Amino acid sequence: MLDRRKTVKRLLADRGDALIIAGLGSPTYDVAAAGDDERNFYLWGAMGGAAMMGLGLALARPERRVLVVTGDGEMLMGLGALATIAVKRPPNLAVVVIDNGAFGETGMQPSHTAQGANLAAIARGCGIAASFEVEDEAALGQLAVTLRERRETIFANVRVAATDHPRVLPLKDGVALKQRFRRALGIA
Amino acid sequence: MSEAAGDWPDRIFAALKRGQVATVGYVPDAGHARLISLCRTDDAIQDVILTTEEEGVALAAGAWLGGARAALLMQSSGVGNCINMLTLTRNCRFPLLMLVTMRGEWEEFNPWQVPMGTTAEAVLKLAGVAVHRADDAETAADTVAAALDHAFNAESAVAVLIGQRLIGAKRW
Repeated sequence: MLDRRKTVKRLLADRGDALIIAGLGSPTYDVAAAGDDERNFYLWGAMGGAAMMGLGLALARPERRVLVVTGDGEMLMGLGALATIAVKRPPNLAVVVIDNGAFGETGMQPSHTAQGANLAAIARGCGIAASFEVEDEAALGQLAVTLRERRETIFANVRVAATDHPRVLPLKDGVALKQRFRRALGIA
Repeated sequence: MSEAAGDWPDRIFAALKRGQVATVGYVPDAGHARLISLCRTDDAIQDVILTTEEEGVALAAGAWLGGARAALLMQSSGVGNCINMLTLTRNCRFPLLMLVTMRGEWEEFNPWQVPMGTTAEAVLKLAGVAVHRADDAETAADTVAAALDHAFNAESAVAVLIGQRLIGAKRW
């Protein structure tokens, strides 16, 4: 099975000028482990809000690729966001769920995706046509190309092993995260 | 109410335009119907229909990260849906402009609207949102304009509660 750290590192390796929103818990640590960057906004809470933050950012900055990296539990808490995003379909927005089928922060309780829920099918059903299920290296490589080259709303659910990694803790001061992100975009 | 005063949603819309609001998130509501319609037909506004109000809180935060101003339209029942997401606003000191049409406070027919109608203001204040009331057609747009300046210039969360007496009772 795919390893979450290597998966995120690979997807971010050629991020170009992409802006990143990381969902709380392991995805935030994964994005930080791939290398801190002032164009990363790490969530430490607000569960269920990552994809919608990505939508707001993508609509505000149509010239930039916006990548949301979040977990299955975080996405499940805000499933309606997929329907909302599908209505707007900004071509510069991608949502990638790192799906370990478990709630990692709270004791690895099996999540809904380990028990039948298919997030890529849900995203497709909401109207996001470019929705993919990724389970191996070949599909991951294809996803990296898709993220770089395709200009349409993309959803990908990447199944990864439910393994524990050492936590890599980025900045958690929300005001500081906001200010450095906006500065990086040249906003006062 | 004078006939001219009935155009308060149009004047609120003008205040949003003057305030450079570029994104408007909303959950459909009869009291906001006119304002929603104006936003939907304005090419310069990204109108975003939400499945639940908390989505709009995160939407507005993302907009501000990208340098854009967002407003959020909802009914008082939707305030309850926003609570945990308002921690995003508070922790990061994101600006937030919420325009809330009130139910359950004046000539209400449906008792299910009363609990949030009577607690929305206190709930918002507890969550760190400044609250203004707009109960008068003549001053509603000025109140929104003042709230907008407060929200975006001081990076604050501000709600304007638009009274049910102003909106008028729903006809059953």
